[in-house]
Amino acid sequence: MFRHPVVIRVTHWVNALCLLVLLMSGLQIFNAHPALYWGKVSTFDTPLLAMSATEDEPPKGTTMVLGRTFDTTGYLGSSTGADGEPADRGFPAWATLPSDQDLTGGRSWHFFFAWAFVLNGALYLIYGLLSGQLRFRVVPQRDQIQRFGASIWEHLTLRFPQGDEAKRYNVIQKLTYAIVLFVLLPVQVLAGLAMSPAMDAAFPFLLTLFDGRQSARTVHFVVAALLVLFVVVHVALVLLSGFWNNMRGMLTGWFVIERKVEPAASIEGDPRS
Amino acid sequence: MKGSPNRRSLLLGASATAAAAMLVGCDRLGNAEWFRRTLKTGEDANMFVQRLLLGEVTLAPEYAEADISPWFKPNGTEDPPDKDYKALAKGKFAKYHLEVGGHVEEPFKLSLADLRKLPARTQITRHDCVEGWSAIGKWTGVPLAELLNRARLKPQARYVVFHCADTMDQGNPLEGGGDDEETDEVPAGNANPSMTKQSGGDENRKDYGGQQATVGTAVSGGTPVRFYESIDLVDAFHPQTILAYNMNGEALPVSNGAPLRLRVERSLGYKQAKYVMRIEVVESFAHIGEGKGGYWEDQGYAWYAGI
Repeated sequence: MFRHPVVIRVTHWVNALCLLVLLMSGLQIFNAHPALYWGKVSTFDTPLLAMSATEDEPPKGTTMVLGRTFDTTGYLGSSTGADGEPADRGFPAWATLPSDQDLTGGRSWHFFFAWAFVLNGALYLIYGLLSGQLRFRVVPQRDQIQRFGASIWEHLTLRFPQGDEAKRYNVIQKLTYAIVLFVLLPVQVLAGLAMSPAMDAAFPFLLTLFDGRQSARTVHFVVAALLVLFVVVHVALVLLSGFWNNMRGMLTGWFVIERKVEPAASIEGDPRS
Repeated sequence: MKGSPNRRSLLLGASATAAAAMLVGCDRLGNAEWFRRTLKTGEDANMFVQRLLLGEVTLAPEYAEADISPWFKPNGTEDPPDKDYKALAKGKFAKYHLEVGGHVEEPFKLSLADLRKLPARTQITRHDCVEGWSAIGKWTGVPLAELLNRARLKPQARYVVFHCADTMDQGNPLEGGGDDEETDEVPAGNANPSMTKQSGGDENRKDYGGQQATVGTAVSGGTPVRFYESIDLVDAFHPQTILAYNMNGEALPVSNGAPLRLRVERSLGYKQAKYVMRIEVVESFAHIGEGKGGYWEDQGYAWYAGI
């Protein structure tokens, strides 16, 4: 079946690139002050989260979350830089863009791709609304809501619908996409804007919405983490539910609906495949 | 259709290699001049849109006394190393004069005592560092518009440049180390130790390297660079743009920019120049420093700092 029109396919991949760059350049910006707070200002003595390096030789990386400190040497607080030497930095070089400590570089990447993300997202939403694609993708049908429990079971056992039922997105899938599209991404954009002193002057409600600029920064970080979680699950399910078919679908638009009933779990090292 | 374990490990390996290659590629791209300029269009768009959204007198949020941060984190220069400045500070700035000049009809000098006699504005506002942290402080000072109106701008006036007392690069880079205490008005230090170094190097090569080679005068490889900043007339005449001499009801401490610092409240911290000595009204800032409009701008930060 022809599943993904060209606008959906192009915006999907542009979006994927934007999210990746925004995440990595965002971590670069976070590294300039690797601590999070709640409220209007930074309460330097009582952060919600803080990454730092100890004075030891070699330094240990520590991460404090809600009062509990963890040793995160090598990953958070202290990690090996490009020169092979341990560096005091929140997230490691491989997770940030640019990889070196470079706040201004990170900001340039972040803002450029933020604009690309917003424009691309607007195109997706407008097209999705006009074409009916959005409705097809995110609004569960009545019978799907009734079979909500069954869908959870299908996910837990990794048995995905086949035949006609595979022509539409399942209910959990639709709800997840709806939450990402209409909750996480808009909140992420608003929280980002709430960190701008100029935007706060133009739209003071941004600060009310997030309970202050530092809270907005924390929300921006947490939502970024939730988006990473979404992408991890999304990619895992793409792999588990037929990687090549899914990829063909999102690259060419054509998606094969398999008629024969075969337990999807068989992909776990089934010699027949 | 289904991926076998081999195929999957192959896929994983391939993606890991691709990811590593991408990282290197991105860094290389980020260093290419054309790409850097392309990325910067994002920041140009920020300014364009924010200027559309903001009226000329749209105020930054003001806060209550209770919101004032118990400690206003000083950042960047906290104690200017310059001899002239130290002498002024020793005399409690009694000998300090603010100079206003450039493209104005009537350049003038004002002592701190005279500045304090001018109409003042007090505002409790939030300071947002480009690094990410925020602090709230109460500022009292002279609206910049008051001074500019007194000096009367010439028609070609477009920007207001603030020349500061603190020397940033004394030929050798600031030590970034592990804490951000020693760095400037905002970034560097922990944020970006290499940034200062790179820039110092560039500067030596571009502006002073030739001089060194031919004349051989410079001793440690660079002329001291003093902090400076610039704003345009939209921000200069904004009601909340003041030259503050008081912080939280007391004389501005040296660590926060004594005797006079700029507050331009709809911008990030790096625009809030400390230790302001001279105000110069210009048509263009291309001839000042490296021509980007400020010390941090010369290091790559956007001139417009609304986000």
